[in-house]
Amino acid sequence: MGILSIILFMPVIGALLIVLIPASNVRLTKYTAFVFTLIPLMLSLYLFGSYDRMSGGFQFEEFAQWIPAINANYHIGVDGLSLSLVLLTTLLSFISVLVSWKTSFRPRAFFAWLLLLETSILGVFVSLDLLLFFIFWEIELIPMYFLIALWGSGRREYSAIKYVLYTLFGGAFMLAGILSLYFTAGTFSVVELYQTDFSLLAQALPLAATFFLFFIGFAVKLPVFPFHTWLPDAHTDAPTAASIMLAGSLIKMGGYGMFRICLGLFPDEAQHYAPLILALAVVNIVYGGAITLKQTDIKRLIAYSSVSHMGFVLLGLFALSELSLLGASLQLISHGLITGLLFAVTGILIHNTHERHIKKLGGLARQVPVLTAIFVVGGVGAMAVPGTSGFIAEVTVFLGAFSTSVVSSAPVFTLISLTGILLAAAYILTTLLKVFFGPPKPTFDHVHDVTLMEKIYCGVLVVCIFAIGLYPKLIIDILEPVVASMALLWGG
Amino acid sequence: MAPGLEHYLILSAVLFSIGLFGTVVKRSAVLILICIEIMLAAVNIALVAFSRFITPVELTGQLFAIFVIVVAAAEVAIGLAIILALYRQRHTIDTKKIDLLKW
Amino acid sequence: MSNIPEILIWLIPGLPLVSFGLLLLVVRLFRNRSVWNGYVAIMATAASFCLSIWVLFNIIKSSEILLIPGFDWLTLGNVINVKIGLIVDPLTAIMLVVVTSVSLLVQIYSLGYMHGSKSFNRYYAFISLFTMAMLGLVMADNLLVMFMCWEIVGFCSYQLIGFWFHRQPAARAARKAFFITRIGDFGFLAAIILIFSSTGTLNVMEIHSMAAAGLVSGTIITWATLGIFMGAMGKSSQFPLHTWLPDAMEGPTPVSALIHAATMVAAGVFLVARMYPLFEHSQTTLATVAIIGGITALFAGTIALVMNDIKKVLAYSTISQLGYMMLGLGLGGVAVGIFHLFTHAFFKALLFMGAGSINHSTGTFDMRKMGGLARLMPWTFATFIIGSLSLAGIWPMAGFFSKEEILASAMANQPVLFVLALATAFMTAFYMFRVVFMTFTGRCKSPVKPHESGRIMVIPMVVLAVLAICAGWFNATGGFSGLLVSDKAHGWLYGIFGILSHPLAWISLLVASGGILLAWAMYYKRWISPLKVSSRFWAPYVIFSHKYWIDELYEKYIGQKLLNSGLFNLFNRFDSIVIDGVVNDIANLNLSSGKIIRRVQSGNLQLYALFFLLGVAVISILAMLAR
Repeated sequence: MGILSIILFMPVIGALLIVLIPASNVRLTKYTAFVFTLIPLMLSLYLFGSYDRMSGGFQFEEFAQWIPAINANYHIGVDGLSLSLVLLTTLLSFISVLVSWKTSFRPRAFFAWLLLLETSILGVFVSLDLLLFFIFWEIELIPMYFLIALWGSGRREYSAIKYVLYTLFGGAFMLAGILSLYFTAGTFSVVELYQTDFSLLAQALPLAATFFLFFIGFAVKLPVFPFHTWLPDAHTDAPTAASIMLAGSLIKMGGYGMFRICLGLFPDEAQHYAPLILALAVVNIVYGGAITLKQTDIKRLIAYSSVSHMGFVLLGLFALSELSLLGASLQLISHGLITGLLFAVTGILIHNTHERHIKKLGGLARQVPVLTAIFVVGGVGAMAVPGTSGFIAEVTVFLGAFSTSVVSSAPVFTLISLTGILLAAAYILTTLLKVFFGPPKPTFDHVHDVTLMEKIYCGVLVVCIFAIGLYPKLIIDILEPVVASMALLWGG
Repeated sequence: MAPGLEHYLILSAVLFSIGLFGTVVKRSAVLILICIEIMLAAVNIALVAFSRFITPVELTGQLFAIFVIVVAAAEVAIGLAIILALYRQRHTIDTKKIDLLKW
Repeated sequence: MSNIPEILIWLIPGLPLVSFGLLLLVVRLFRNRSVWNGYVAIMATAASFCLSIWVLFNIIKSSEILLIPGFDWLTLGNVINVKIGLIVDPLTAIMLVVVTSVSLLVQIYSLGYMHGSKSFNRYYAFISLFTMAMLGLVMADNLLVMFMCWEIVGFCSYQLIGFWFHRQPAARAARKAFFITRIGDFGFLAAIILIFSSTGTLNVMEIHSMAAAGLVSGTIITWATLGIFMGAMGKSSQFPLHTWLPDAMEGPTPVSALIHAATMVAAGVFLVARMYPLFEHSQTTLATVAIIGGITALFAGTIALVMNDIKKVLAYSTISQLGYMMLGLGLGGVAVGIFHLFTHAFFKALLFMGAGSINHSTGTFDMRKMGGLARLMPWTFATFIIGSLSLAGIWPMAGFFSKEEILASAMANQPVLFVLALATAFMTAFYMFRVVFMTFTGRCKSPVKPHESGRIMVIPMVVLAVLAICAGWFNATGGFSGLLVSDKAHGWLYGIFGILSHPLAWISLLVASGGILLAWAMYYKRWISPLKVSSRFWAPYVIFSHKYWIDELYEKYIGQKLLNSGLFNLFNRFDSIVIDGVVNDIANLNLSSGKIIRRVQSGNLQLYALFFLLGVAVISILAMLAR
């Protein structure tokens, strides 16, 4: 049992332990959740430090036979991208536990589901076997469904079921894709599939069809227009911790999947259909940004901004140059941190003011200065002001996508996408103006500012955002081998 | 003329049909239970007959029949218990009135 | 030049950064003595200022360019390699001195102006960050790093305009400033990615040498420079992206002096100057720069004629002067534009400080509520007059010399633009002295008794007044221009007095004094009633005082009607009605069809058995038939 397996299963063990704790002992429940998310965080930090950046490739691999009859194995391992995402997930899970510290409604079940969620997301990032990947992909639905449906707000049942149906819809396509690959190449192993030349084999389905099966599966998750409408509902109605996990780490599964499978296994199809997908990316960015501007619910606004930001991921991925791939990977991580922070601070805001409509909020900067400052930092990241990770990520996407030699139409799409930063500035600045600035309202005179613990976990995210923004080498180092070897598929 | 396989099978089929008819049309749950027993008995006859005429050396059919009898006994016990519980709850065992399992 | 230790050059932007860190991150440091926040920032800037002066003298002495390679920042294989390195050339050195000196004086002035503010640490923290980013901007050797500093100064400007965030207009102005400059940044960023994709580098020096070697195609240079200029238009508030600057006057006045008069708004001019070797390869762009500059100069000047808020007049005057600088850059080259930037920084900062001083004692910016302040605030009056004379371009003030060069290059190249520039010069003189007469002469209408500001505010003004007089003499020997472009030098006596032997000098002096005289006649002697003039020329008056309705056009029509309730609303409705609608309709279809089909589920077990039986029968029959 390697470290990676420990990271992967620690949370679920924690969840089982929590179930065994008597319901009356809330303190013990919380501390168990705390410990069992802290350990994976520490371990993944350790892995992040000890990953060999020189040799790259999959490291910390573990292999065990699972279902020999169909050649499915328990095969896990990480490269730079998945390791970064693992670290992001463990960090956000840990923070989610802290965010939910005050949960009073059935805390035992809540934390158990939260921990199970962590394991399932981690599983997606570390699996090197497609069947294992798929199972973790689908398991994740169950905890998220309950987290939204039981601890959510608003139309929570509707949102929860919508989320589940959408993901199942995408998952069905993905399963078909996995089967198609399996019946073509006879293996579920990602590593083996990387080395397989499908054109030499009898294909179960045309390769383009398989590519799109996977693409749709991931597009639902990312989300890509027109499969995006689950996102605002789910993010808005979910409890804060679940929103953080959803926006911060769960939708990254889509981008990760596209990188690993759509690009890694189908380079020719990816190149061939790149213009179409880039067009979708532009729609995501511009259309998503425009709709964000029209939102009146602060949480929904942040949710919609994710649609726009994930468009940059799509743009970077399918521009297919080394730099753009780096940008997309950076954007995955950076958006996780920034949106995680924004949802965390919005959760505090809504909790303290009991108000979520932007029009009814206003002038809070005087009453809750620290909260305002944290929100400003998150907003600054979301509109890609230099110094934050958002800037590095987006500017790298732009530079890479514009200068790509693989997709000839990419420069045009990149230029249109640049308006995304204008839209981001518009909605962030407007939100800041309407919610925090302007004359203070007496209704909010007695609103509490952030507590020490809230300061700490927001502070962690703030530090991460600026650390990457000011010293991007921190994370580019580990991503470099991944994107470099990926870019070789199109001749570097 | 000694009875052949077909006679036994005809008997079995007739008994089965009677049981089936009763199961479908009777309204009393107890009667339906009895009809199911008749159907099981019909199957037993068929099993034993096949065994006797086709593979006389091996006693597979007989063995199966005994299984069926055992299972039928268990089934009657549970079935009657359910009917009893049902009667206590709803004061009727008329199947037309017991249709809670619908849309 | 090589005798300068690199570390000291790094300290120039580094010290304000340290000050920012101390003030913002270690919030509790000076909790009870908030004025100490100011001292920390001032000390840091003062040290930077001394270093900058020293660098400038070294540059003048050795006149070579110092390139500090710096360290890797954003690298990916051989695809991209962005280093944070520094260029120290004459342009940088001049800008360093401008930025640090004005910043230092403004910070000292702020001690008095912001006295009693609760958020001293926030104020000084952002001023420090601004100073750092501005210094970084002028020193950076890389377009991406420049863009970063560019955005950070924008963010600081946002924070400082919205310093009194509880006031709705201030908060709105902050948003507007950030957003409109972002429109310009859109062009800048596009230019950066265009340059990167065609040259593979972002290093300014490498780009210049590649362009000089003819390795970059002309079309690309034109588009790239136009993009860069768009960025400059946003930051330097050029028409049509000028609307944010007048609104930005909602910020504290020292901030207006530093950011919105002397330094940040001049960053656009600096950017064009920095990238001038690239601009030189595109006549189209240079012409665009000159034309936009000329239009902006005249256009903003006309609005300044009719404003009643003293800061608004100064704001439009700044826009107009920035247009002048652009005009100078487009027609005359780096030295001409930057020289005006240099002198303008001092006298405009001075004028803003004067306005701040007036506001400090009268509590208003509305000139109609002022008057007769000359006796009550003698220092402010004296320095303000000097600033106004300098801005109006009266010999031998600084403004005269720098304006003269722009006019000269305009006359040599573009007669139309020369006329525009001359008209602007006339208006500049007129509106500045309109301010002077309305504010300082006549009867005092202020309800409170005005008084002279404290020494802490007066001293920076006096220093700036001295600079506003003599900053122009730096180029008397041609030495200033000589730093920037190789130019033949001449004696300083000739520079200061000999210039009067040119007819152009007399023309511009005549025009400027004409403007002053007209203002004197209208607002001091009241020979001509301003009311009558405005009713006589009601059409231009209405247009000017409504600022050509450009704010309305942008905010109400484009922003609100076209985009917000038009396009974006359409998108939003499309999203909820079509996209989400289809999804919900599919779900509802399933539900309603289920509603019908579920009737089959009667709950009667015997019926199910019957169906089962029928099913078996059908299958058996089919099986039989198939056989």
